[in-house]
Amino acid sequence: MIGKRFWSWLAVFVAAVYFIVPLLATMEFSMRMRRGTYSFDAYRSVFADQRFAETFSYSVVMALITIAIGALLIVPTAYWVRLRMPYLRPVVEFVTLLPLVVPAIVIIFGYLRLYNSSSWLPLTNTDMGANALLVFGFMTMSLPYMYRAVDTAMRTIDVAVLTEAAESLGARWPTILFRCIFPNVLTGVLSGAFITFAIAVGEYTMPSLLNRPAFGPYLALIGANKAYEPPALAMIAFAMTWVSIILINITTRLQKGAAGAR
Amino acid sequence: MAATQPLLNRRLITDWLGIAPFALFAIMFLIAPTVYLVSGAFLDPNGNLTLRNLVDLFQPNILAAYIISIKISAASAIGGAIIGFALAAAISLGSLPAWVRSAVLTFCGVASNFAGVPLAFAFLATLGRLGLVTIILRDVFGFNLYATGFNLLSFLGLTLTYMYFQIPLMVLIVTPALDGLKREWSEAASVLGATPWQYWRMVVIPILWPSVFGTLLLLFANAFGAVATAVALTGSSLNIVPIVLFAQIRGDVLHNPNLGYAVAFGMVVITGISNFIYIWLRMRAERWQK
Amino acid sequence: MSYLELSHVQKSFGPVKVVHDFNMSIEEGEFVSFLGPSGCGKTTVLRMIAGFENPTGGTIKIGGVDQANLKPNRRNIGMVFQAYALFPNMTVAENVAFGLKVAGASKPDIEARVKEMLDLIHLGHLAERYPYQMSGGQQQRVALARALANKPKVLLLDEPLSALDAKIRVSLREEIRAIQRKLGITTIFVTHDQEEALSISDRIVVMNAGIADQIGTPSDIYNRPATRFVAGFVGTLNILEAKVENRDAATVRVAGRSITIPPANLNGAGDGAAITVALRPEALSLSKSPSSDVALDGRVTSVNFLGSVIRTRMDVEGQQVSFDMFNNPGLQPPQIGDIATAHFKASDVLVIPN
Repeated sequence: MIGKRFWSWLAVFVAAVYFIVPLLATMEFSMRMRRGTYSFDAYRSVFADQRFAETFSYSVVMALITIAIGALLIVPTAYWVRLRMPYLRPVVEFVTLLPLVVPAIVIIFGYLRLYNSSSWLPLTNTDMGANALLVFGFMTMSLPYMYRAVDTAMRTIDVAVLTEAAESLGARWPTILFRCIFPNVLTGVLSGAFITFAIAVGEYTMPSLLNRPAFGPYLALIGANKAYEPPALAMIAFAMTWVSIILINITTRLQKGAAGAR
Repeated sequence: MAATQPLLNRRLITDWLGIAPFALFAIMFLIAPTVYLVSGAFLDPNGNLTLRNLVDLFQPNILAAYIISIKISAASAIGGAIIGFALAAAISLGSLPAWVRSAVLTFCGVASNFAGVPLAFAFLATLGRLGLVTIILRDVFGFNLYATGFNLLSFLGLTLTYMYFQIPLMVLIVTPALDGLKREWSEAASVLGATPWQYWRMVVIPILWPSVFGTLLLLFANAFGAVATAVALTGSSLNIVPIVLFAQIRGDVLHNPNLGYAVAFGMVVITGISNFIYIWLRMRAERWQK
Repeated sequence: MSYLELSHVQKSFGPVKVVHDFNMSIEEGEFVSFLGPSGCGKTTVLRMIAGFENPTGGTIKIGGVDQANLKPNRRNIGMVFQAYALFPNMTVAENVAFGLKVAGASKPDIEARVKEMLDLIHLGHLAERYPYQMSGGQQQRVALARALANKPKVLLLDEPLSALDAKIRVSLREEIRAIQRKLGITTIFVTHDQEEALSISDRIVVMNAGIADQIGTPSDIYNRPATRFVAGFVGTLNILEAKVENRDAATVRVAGRSITIPPANLNGAGDGAAITVALRPEALSLSKSPSSDVALDGRVTSVNFLGSVIRTRMDVEGQQVSFDMFNNPGLQPPQIGDIATAHFKASDVLVIPN
C-alpha cells in the first residue's frame, strides 16, 4: 500500500518537473530583456507592437466568424440527422472524424490547388476569398470537436419528443430550431466553440500558407527575428489556453448540472 | 398508392435539403481537396495514370524525411504513452488526494492544447543554447549540454518537445479507461487467489490494451501531422515530412507538383491508418464498458 | 470451537468507528445472514473476513487459524459481489476457471471442474458467452460458480441479489440456498432485505450502527426482537406507547384500555414505567376469533390493496395502527372513514426493551 502511493507520488512529481520547468524557464527568459535585472520589458515591447494587436484581433475575428458559421451549420445538421435521417448518422460521423485523419496541412494544400487564381472558383484572388477559405479551413479542423460536443448535448435532450411537443403547440420549424433546440444545446455549442477558438487563434499552417495576417504567422515571424519577445508571447498564449480550458470546464459543469436537474 | 407516392418523394427531398448545406461544405472543403490531392498522386503532369510519384517517394531525401518523421512520431508517441499511462495510473489507482487528480487533469487539458509556435518558444527558452536549463546545467553543474551533441533541433529535441502535448493527451484519454476498472475486479481476483501481477496480466492488460494501443496510434498520428511546432522550432533545417510538404506548397521545391501530392497522400495514408485502427480499437474497448 | 470465530472485532476508518466489538461464532456448514441498513457495518465485517480490510482490533479465525497476517489471496475464501464483478474480457468458462488457473491446476482438472460448476448453476450451454452478453441473474450465477470453483472454506455473499429484478431475486436466492445445502459450505450472506434474510438463513445477525443488535434464528428475530431497532427493521410493526399498571398482575395500559400480557414479556419493568409495546400487523384482525381477547376501536385512515393481503391503517386515540387481512373477493374491505374494531391476543403483544 505504501509502495503504491510512493510510486504514484513519484510519477506525479516527475511529470510536474517536466511540465513546470519549461514554464519557469520561459517566464525567466521572457524577463531577461533588461540587462542584469528581471523586468517585464519584453511584455511591454510585445504589447507596444502594433502588429500584435492587429494580428491578434484579426485571428479573434476569424475565430468568432468560424464559430458562428460552424454553429449555424452543425446544429441544424446534427438535429436533422437525429430527427429525420438517423440512417445517415454513421456517414455523417465518419465525415466529421475525417479531419483527424487528413492533416491540416494536406487540407490547405488541397484548397490552394482547387481554389487558386486559375481555378473555376478563384477564392485566393481576393482578400475576402482567402479569408473565407481560412474560415472554412478552421471549420474543418474544429469539425470533429464541434460535432461531437453538439451531438452529445442533443443526446441528453430527446430532440424527437421536444420537436413533437413544439409542433403540437403549433410552432413552425424556425421557431423549433432557434427557440427549442439551440438553447438546449447551447452548452455543447459553447464547449465546441472554445476548442474552435483555441485552434483558430493559434493556428499557424493554414493562415501562413494562405498569406493571411494572422496571429500564428506573426508569432513565427517574431520567433525568427527577436530574442525575448517569443517567450513572453508563449507565456501570453499559455495564459490564454488556461482561460479557454477554465471556460470549457465551467460550461461542461453547467451542462452536467443541467442534465442532472432533468 | 398513386396519391402517396409524390408525398413520400417530397418528404425525401426535404430530408436531403436539410443536410444539403453540410453536405456541400463537407464536399467542397474536406472531401474534394483530399480527393484532388490523392488522385493527383496517381497522375503524371500530363494527366496520365501513373505510379511513378509513389515510387519517387522512395528517393533518398523524401524517404529520409518519412523515416525521421516516423521515428520522431513513434518515439514521442511511445514516450508520451508510457509516461502518460504512468501518470494516469498514479492519479486513477494510486490513492492520491483528490486535489492532485483534478490538478493534473486540468493541467493536462491546458497542456494538450498548448502546441504549435508557443510550445516551440517555450522549449527554446528551456533547452535552447541560452535556455534556463542549459545555463543552469553549465553554470551550476559544469555540464555543457551542447558539447554532448545535443541539439533541440534534432530527433531528441523534437521528441522531448512533442511529448509536452503527447503526455497530457494520453492522460486525458486513458484516465477514463483506468477509472473503468472496477475495484471489485481486483478484489475478486485476489480472493480467488491471484497475485497482483496475475491480476494485471490476466485482467487489466487484456481490458486496457485496446485503449492504450489505440491511443498510442492517435498520438502517433497527432505528432506526424504537427507542422507548426516543427517549423517554429527548426525553421526548415530539419528534414521531416510536414516541413518538406510545407516547403513544397510554398515553392514547389520538388519541381513536380504531382510528387507533392504523393507526399501529402503518404501523410494521409499514415495518419489515416493509425486513426482507423485507433477508432476500431476504441469501439472494441467500449464493448466492455456498459 | 466453531469453524469461523469473530471475537472483539473492531474497525475504524480514521476517527469514525464503523464496527464496534463484534463477536460471533459460526458453525461449519451454517448459513448466516448479516442484516441491517446501509452503513451499519455489515459489509465491513464481511470485507474483514475476506481480508480486504484489516480489523483495528480483535481476531478472526477460520478453522482455528488466525487470519490476521494472511492476504486475501491466501485465505481461500469465495466471494460474490453485488455488481457481479465478472472479468469482462473472459468467457463464462474462463471466469469460472480463473481461480483454478492461478492455483496452477492441470488443464483436464480445470475443464472437469468448470463443467461441474456450470452444471451446478445450469448454465453449461452458455460457457462460451461473454459477461456483457448475459442478463444480470445469469452473470450472478456465474459469479457464484466462480467463487465455488476453488472449494473455498467460506463463501461470502455481499448483497448478491440487490441489483436484480424482484422475481429473479426470489428464484436465485432459493437456488443459492439449495446449492449451499448441497455443498454444505459455510456461508455469510449480507443483505439489507429482511425478507431475504428471513427466508434463507439458519441464523441472522441484525446489525445497527456497527453493533450486532441480535443474533438468532429467523423465528427468534421475528417473533422475539431484542431491541426496538430489530423489531422495527425486521417486518412492519405497530409501535404503541404504554404504561405498566401492575407489575405483578402483568397488566399494561395501552390506547385507553388495560390488558394482561404474559409476565415474562415485561422484562422487569416496574409499576408506572413507560414502556413501548409492539404488534405485528398480522397479529391484528377485523374479525373476532376465539383466542383474541383484546379489541381496539378506531377510524380507518387508509386501505392499501397489496394483492394477497389488504393492509388497513386506522387511528386509535391518536396512535396509528395498521393490520393485514387476507384478500377475500367475497368480502367488502373496510372503507376510509369507517369505524372498525381490531382484535388481537394479549399474548401477541411484544414489549420492546428501551
